[in-house]
Amino acid sequence: MIELFGYLLSGVTVGFIYTLVGLGFTVIYNSSGIINFSQGEFVMAGGMSTVFLLHAGLPLGISFVLSIMITSMIGIVLYKLISFSKDSSPISLIILTLGFAIFLRGLAQVIFDKQLHTMPSFVGEGAFEIFDTTLSYQALLIMIVASAIVVALYVFFKKTKTGQAMVAASNNVDAAKLMGINIQKILILNFAISAVIASIGGILLTPMTSTNYEVGIMLGLKGFCAAIIGGLGNPFGAVAGGLVLGILESLVAGYISSEYKDAVAFIVLLLILFFMPGGIFGNLKSQRV
Amino acid sequence: MRYNINSQILLLSAILVILPFTFANDFYFEIAILSMLNALICIGLNLLMGYAGQVSLGHGAFAGLGAYIAVIFSSRYGLNPLLSIFIAIIIMGLLAFVISKPILKLKGHYLAMATLGIGIIISIVLEVEEDFTGGTDGMSVDSFVVFGYEFSDSISWYILCSFLLVFTIWMFENLIKSPFGRLLRSIHDSEKAADSVGIDVSYYKSIVFVISVVIATVAGSLYAFFSGFISPQEASFSHSIELVVMVVLGGLGRVYGAIFGAVVLTVLPQLLTSFDDYETLIFGSIIIAVMIFMPKGIASLFDGFFKKKEQNSASSN
Repeated sequence: MIELFGYLLSGVTVGFIYTLVGLGFTVIYNSSGIINFSQGEFVMAGGMSTVFLLHAGLPLGISFVLSIMITSMIGIVLYKLISFSKDSSPISLIILTLGFAIFLRGLAQVIFDKQLHTMPSFVGEGAFEIFDTTLSYQALLIMIVASAIVVALYVFFKKTKTGQAMVAASNNVDAAKLMGINIQKILILNFAISAVIASIGGILLTPMTSTNYEVGIMLGLKGFCAAIIGGLGNPFGAVAGGLVLGILESLVAGYISSEYKDAVAFIVLLLILFFMPGGIFGNLKSQRV
Repeated sequence: MRYNINSQILLLSAILVILPFTFANDFYFEIAILSMLNALICIGLNLLMGYAGQVSLGHGAFAGLGAYIAVIFSSRYGLNPLLSIFIAIIIMGLLAFVISKPILKLKGHYLAMATLGIGIIISIVLEVEEDFTGGTDGMSVDSFVVFGYEFSDSISWYILCSFLLVFTIWMFENLIKSPFGRLLRSIHDSEKAADSVGIDVSYYKSIVFVISVVIATVAGSLYAFFSGFISPQEASFSHSIELVVMVVLGGLGRVYGAIFGAVVLTVLPQLLTSFDDYETLIFGSIIIAVMIFMPKGIASLFDGFFKKKEQNSASSN
């Protein structure tokens, strides 16, 4: 029982990270219909640049802000590249974002290095004791910050004018244009927000699992699994999908096989795609001919 | 259906014959053989992506799994290599047929993700099941002996792969000119329209999927026998991505585009190794540049040239 509780706690912690990556996917997908295969590299960029800014002797707070800004610039660069592309078929945009991911991994190798890096937890190394299991301060921080981001995003998209304009633009581009919404600006903002969410995920995760230039590949793919499991395009789906995925992974690693832990996300993904393609919160519309 | 041999195949054959005379050492042969085997997989993948309009981000894994099956039967159980490849073809063909039904119902991003998921599951299984596969360290592969002849030197492999490549292209060109090819294009243009005129869309999509997986199995197995070694790297996500990039970079739906893409992306990393740490960076930049400036693929640059040729050959037929 205590074991189970421990697995659940660690599952939820990782699940919140998947949630952040999945949310990043969702923000870009909803606004542009693009699946961004470099989302995981945004996470890597956030973590790696924080580590190296700290190494350079900058204080913690400034390192955070700078690396979030750097990552959001990367997001905007990706948007610019996509808008330059002459062809907007899904497959060529998939390849473009894959190419961008490879580019970012290459850039990280050159600017940083190929080593594993970690950084001290920014809330101390201590842990709470709950029912004989421990919950580190860092894990608690991940849960709190991730939840705060989810709430902030919700408020932003529902209550602020810019947020509502973004929702309008994703529902109907032409109507939004006619209402005087600057689609270009909206899209740039979406890519930047998505990158910011991802980089915060990367920064939060680094003290727990350490980071290197390749860490984004699996994180990105699992975040995407989370988004699809919950229902692609639905922000609450990304939250639920991320948590479900994190918990399942942790349970499989604990009770069944730690070697097959990484396969869980993809097995669940396939089951969801085959049997409930709309995801848990699915509202898959029937297609009209 | 006319089994014509057109000028492009003759040109390719001529290049394949002349090329070895320019090779300075065995390394050139190695790269050429690897290019041809990648080209083979790309021809199959191109049939699936460019002609039937179905994306697969898992073909590296299918090639890898097929190769492992062939290698396990030949090197672990001592079966004849040719027979092992035949068994791998049967198993992979059946597997592809079974999974094609639920997978190919999906569209666009969902299809891409499903094939990606299957690919990653395959590569994880190959890494974990050490007793069969040797785990991440991989396993060595016995030499390729067919009817008493051992393919030991690069030249015999080069000749084998050349014949296989030309034969596959010839089959492919006849296939896409046949009613089957027209049917695929109708599915590519509009599945619903094809469906509404009575074409069994899902059946034909499955067939194409099976063909592409079988070709990948053959090429993957031959690569394992050629290099004498196999590791889960063959079945990795990045290998699958490389294959898709080859096809798209060369030009979707172009027979020679896929081959061109395969050759470029096989040779390029070899040229870039001298850039050491910058290799990945340059590789990514090139992919981005091609997708921005020539999204129809590198082969589209030669459009004017080949169109004229095609018209000529069409009028002479």
